[in-house]
Amino acid sequence: MTSLVELMDYDEVIEKYDPVLGLEVHVELHTNTKMFCGCANEFGGEPNTHTCPTCLGLPGSLPVVNGKAVESAIRIGLALNCEIAEWCRFARKNYFYPDMPKNFQTSQYDEPIAFNGWLDVTLDDGEVIRVEIERAHMEEDTGKSLHVGGATGRIHGAEHSLLDYNRAGVPLIEIVTKMIPGTKERAPEVARAYVTALRDLLKALDVSDVRMDQGSLRCDANVSLSPKTTGALGTRTETKNVNSLRSVERAVRFEMTRQAAVLESGGEVIQETRHFDESSGSTSSGRKKETAEDYRYFPEPDLVPIAPSREWVEELRGTLPELPWERRARIQKEWNLTDEVLRDLVNANALDLIEATVVAGAKPDEARSWWVSYLAQQANTRGVELTDLPITPAQVARVIELVNTGALTNKLAREAVNGVLEGEGSPDEVVEKRGLKVVSDDSALEKAVDEALAAQPDVAQKIRDGKVQAAGAIVGAVMKATKGQADAARVREIVLARCS
Amino acid sequence: MPSISRDEVAHLAKLARLAVTEDELDLFAGQLDVILQSVASVGDIATADIPPTSHAVPLTNVFREDVVRPSLGQQQALSGAPEAEDGRFRVPRILGEEA
Repeated sequence: MTSLVELMDYDEVIEKYDPVLGLEVHVELHTNTKMFCGCANEFGGEPNTHTCPTCLGLPGSLPVVNGKAVESAIRIGLALNCEIAEWCRFARKNYFYPDMPKNFQTSQYDEPIAFNGWLDVTLDDGEVIRVEIERAHMEEDTGKSLHVGGATGRIHGAEHSLLDYNRAGVPLIEIVTKMIPGTKERAPEVARAYVTALRDLLKALDVSDVRMDQGSLRCDANVSLSPKTTGALGTRTETKNVNSLRSVERAVRFEMTRQAAVLESGGEVIQETRHFDESSGSTSSGRKKETAEDYRYFPEPDLVPIAPSREWVEELRGTLPELPWERRARIQKEWNLTDEVLRDLVNANALDLIEATVVAGAKPDEARSWWVSYLAQQANTRGVELTDLPITPAQVARVIELVNTGALTNKLAREAVNGVLEGEGSPDEVVEKRGLKVVSDDSALEKAVDEALAAQPDVAQKIRDGKVQAAGAIVGAVMKATKGQADAARVREIVLARCS
Repeated sequence: MPSISRDEVAHLAKLARLAVTEDELDLFAGQLDVILQSVASVGDIATADIPPTSHAVPLTNVFREDVVRPSLGQQQALSGAPEAEDGRFRVPRILGEEA
């Protein structure tokens, strides 16, 4: 159903236009309960089982603010270097789409709880870009719609829709950047890096699951092009449904090339919501954007204003954990890493895993070696992110320990890791099931050495004649015979002893 | 001179999903105008030292503990729905609008 869209070559886009970005990120807080009622805030669950009169918008029900959600909102604001409002209100955003049974979403309008902040974002090559934060405000998530009868599960062509309100009312923080100009050809990369940095920050704050695949972190990317000849601001589009970090980058890039082609052909970019399609990497026209006035915002009469005392704000500031950039600086110093190595680890998403492996008892070098070489290869082969490999840092630490105590050779250790990745259990269970113990029984090794020497009498003779390097062939044969489960150094000792 | 135009009434009717006839647009524009002018008379009294009021009670920071309370069951949640299917509320198809 995707019609052919004219796109301009990316280099040409950059030659003629300056992209301007704006990013809106919605993050679902992982509080126990919803924003305005005591229903459980849980992903999944049978449809409409986490609902009550308040989140179903039944007459006579009244919302009460979740204090924990306000606390999280303030902590997010502080971590983003924002000012925290001394007094602010909720507002009703009125619209008719049935994803909110109340016919309005409780949000914040001109009085966000946090505003005027910034986040420093590090690009892949180490360049740091400061992204200004316009605001972070509190609102509630909507229910989930299922469109029935349409070919693609989308709204177009659907015969009717089914609504599950389990998610309706889940606490949501919307974080909006100011316009980000001047990123030029790096605009798509900046967009991805910003969402990545924000995700890491929210994770460190422990306020959300930040799972893009489950929708607990969602990004809307605003893109416009400013012609270099005039420098005038262009009309922006807002691309929704961008559900992975990679998609953020692709969506921005696609919109840049699409808008440039529209402008090039003498057309006008329409201010609209666009829908990102993961499979094709393209965007398609959604609804025309309603203006803020059309939402007829007004102060929520059922909720009293929030006035965080400065004491409370400072108390919450004191609860901020070590933030990602502080942590990186500390780790770099502790592990004595160059800027480049640190950046590679960060880009490979390996830093958390390595640190957790170190915390579980491994030495930094050993932990790093496993994650960036063998495990990175395995992730690559399987086509998954390193973080999604089905092995825990504690399990990797255990494998390293088994190697260090001599229970496993490096080769056996890799097999043990393979077993864990195949779902065969913990490293110890895999060692047991696959029989991966190092053969340390000398009599068994001596027997294997004797057999190998007997099988290759000419080699045996060379060794006896003093050609010690010939021992390698016998060691190799023994290792093969013992399926790699022998300690090669010990085998060599035995070979030399037998031939002396 | 009415302060609300016919076009504005038409726009509001669209936002409120009301089917309004051409004749009604004129009728409602006139009626809404009376209402707006009546409300606007509050402005004659309000002075700079009276802040706008959105809440009648001077309360702030009313919070709830983040503790789960029982929800309605699925059956009860759907009991008031005109139509339901697969444990979900069933609504007519929605055209031209997407959240």
